[in-house]
Amino acid sequence: MTDDAVDGGKRGGEFVGRSPGQLAWLRLRRDRVALVSGGALIFFVLLAAAAPLVAKLYGKGPQDRFPELLDRNGFPLGYAGVSGEHWFGIQPGIGRDIFIQVVYGLRTSLMIAFTAAVLTIALGVVVGIVAGYVGGWVDAVITWIIDLTLAFPFYIFCFAFVPLAVNQFYGPRDEVSPWFRPGLLVLIFVMFNWTTSARLVRGQVLSLREREFVEAARASGAGLGHILFRQLLPNLWAPILVTFSLNVPALITAEAALSFLGIGVLEPTPDLGRLINDSIRYLRDVPSFTIIGGTTLFLLVLAFNLFGDSLRDALDPKSSR
Amino acid sequence: MLRFLVKKLLLALTTLIAVSVVTFGLFFVVPRNPAELMCGDSKNVCSPERIEMIERRMGLDKPIVTQYGDFMRGIFVGRTIGSGETARDCPAPCLGFSFRNDEPVTDIVARTLPVTLSIVFGAAVVWLVLGVSIGMISALRRGTVLDRLAVGTSLVGASMPILLFGPLLLIGLVYETGLLTYPRYTPITEDPVAWASAMVLPWFALGFLNSATYARLSRAQMLETLSEDFIRTARAKGLPKLTVYGRHALRAAITPIITIAGLDLGAYLGGTVITETVFGFTGLGKTALNAALNLDMPIVMATVLLAAVFVVTANVLVDVLYAVIDPRVRLG
Repeated sequence: MTDDAVDGGKRGGEFVGRSPGQLAWLRLRRDRVALVSGGALIFFVLLAAAAPLVAKLYGKGPQDRFPELLDRNGFPLGYAGVSGEHWFGIQPGIGRDIFIQVVYGLRTSLMIAFTAAVLTIALGVVVGIVAGYVGGWVDAVITWIIDLTLAFPFYIFCFAFVPLAVNQFYGPRDEVSPWFRPGLLVLIFVMFNWTTSARLVRGQVLSLREREFVEAARASGAGLGHILFRQLLPNLWAPILVTFSLNVPALITAEAALSFLGIGVLEPTPDLGRLINDSIRYLRDVPSFTIIGGTTLFLLVLAFNLFGDSLRDALDPKSSR
Repeated sequence: MLRFLVKKLLLALTTLIAVSVVTFGLFFVVPRNPAELMCGDSKNVCSPERIEMIERRMGLDKPIVTQYGDFMRGIFVGRTIGSGETARDCPAPCLGFSFRNDEPVTDIVARTLPVTLSIVFGAAVVWLVLGVSIGMISALRRGTVLDRLAVGTSLVGASMPILLFGPLLLIGLVYETGLLTYPRYTPITEDPVAWASAMVLPWFALGFLNSATYARLSRAQMLETLSEDFIRTARAKGLPKLTVYGRHALRAAITPIITIAGLDLGAYLGGTVITETVFGFTGLGKTALNAALNLDMPIVMATVLLAAVFVVTANVLVDVLYAVIDPRVRLG
């Protein structure tokens, strides 16, 4: 990126002072991929947030069924049941509108992924800063815990953990609260995922703590808390932001995978992974059903990944594509 | 070198022991009553006698530490589970018996592990060859249409969930065109051709998707290596291009790729459950999933442990390999 306004800050012979944040914002605004993917992200988030409004305008809720639009074998009439009334068609067998399922599914996916990502980063940053700055046996113990966590096979552990936890809190005939499974997923994601950001932050802090400004703070008698969160943390925002924006799509994929396998979110909560699971047994006869759910998931993850990449490029002056 | 190796092995061993303690505790101690879990699906309620019988047969009436010790000893030397008339022999490596159908877990693992191994190793060949060669070519042809195409495809491919790609392959190659049949696993020892033809779909699905990440990584590595002095020196002294890029540059660029590949392999061996589910294979991952849904804890315990062994072994191997390949690595 060799552009005057961006690189030199030089305009008409005069230097314009710009903070690193402003520079990053400028670079991001010039990046077409960032604009498109950012726009797509905003669209997805708004659509998910406004799901009840969309349902009202569209005239159908996520649990409404239209059995009159299915034939005797449970297959939708016409081409996959697509019509002006039902944009994405009708779910075979159960007769729900697919479009509104997708909208509400986005909501579940985004909510779980965002909550988990925020908590993951918060935990990872705190642990990483402490391990990197304090060092010594604290660092050794934390590093060992990180290695231990990485040795656990994520999916298999989830399979084991989720049914056990449900069994622990609910009897076989009890109705499970609709918040319980999403909450459990968030917990598991945080448990397994904090290690990445902790490692990253630890590495950064290891080099930052030898710098003069930290030494100056220490010499002027600053407490541990002040050095960790007032001196070191502000220097870490760029990598934290990038990790966060690349963490969300990874969590969306994991959540969809678990729900696809019948471990994550279950009926009747709408969810993208669960929707693909519903569709897979009709793959031969109604392929559009799987393709719609899968494509939505794909576009969502793609938008996040592209935006995360652009954000990394914008925040890192040395990066080049 | 020896000291480095011993240190790595000790660390790996402690990790494995910790994993086994945590898993054992979680699966056998935390549940309110494992015997109750075992005997009943939701419909039939267990009689106290039946619960007591299960507890005796599984050795759940003993103290927890003894249970753990018995379990670990069983893996290495075998053991006898239960006592009296219900005692059963379980030769090493003993992983216990399934709660549901009493089959030895070792047999179940021996039956399903080859399926997962076949999928993962085949797919790894695909993603390494495809990914590294795409990455190399686009690095050497930087800025051309070819490079842009490769970068774009790998960006998109890295975001493609197998939940979409697997079904798309099934639609495109099986249901709509009939080019392939829906895969059915045949052991390689029985019929190598049938084995390979059943594996084509999962190899391609998993291999293609993973190759995207490898293409990006090897492109970046290759670009970095190409800008180093020793490459310029090699070119300047008149070595042919093929030797410079294929031998000197490749060797320097491939080290981090081997690291990632080793770790990925370790992680995937624990089960490629989504690939297995989409293409209808009963591998280790699918078995673990079904067992977990049935709360069949001995199988789940065995698969978690096995997967952890794969991950930890891959870690150690990668560290050692790293030191062998890259002379710049200092052992400490």
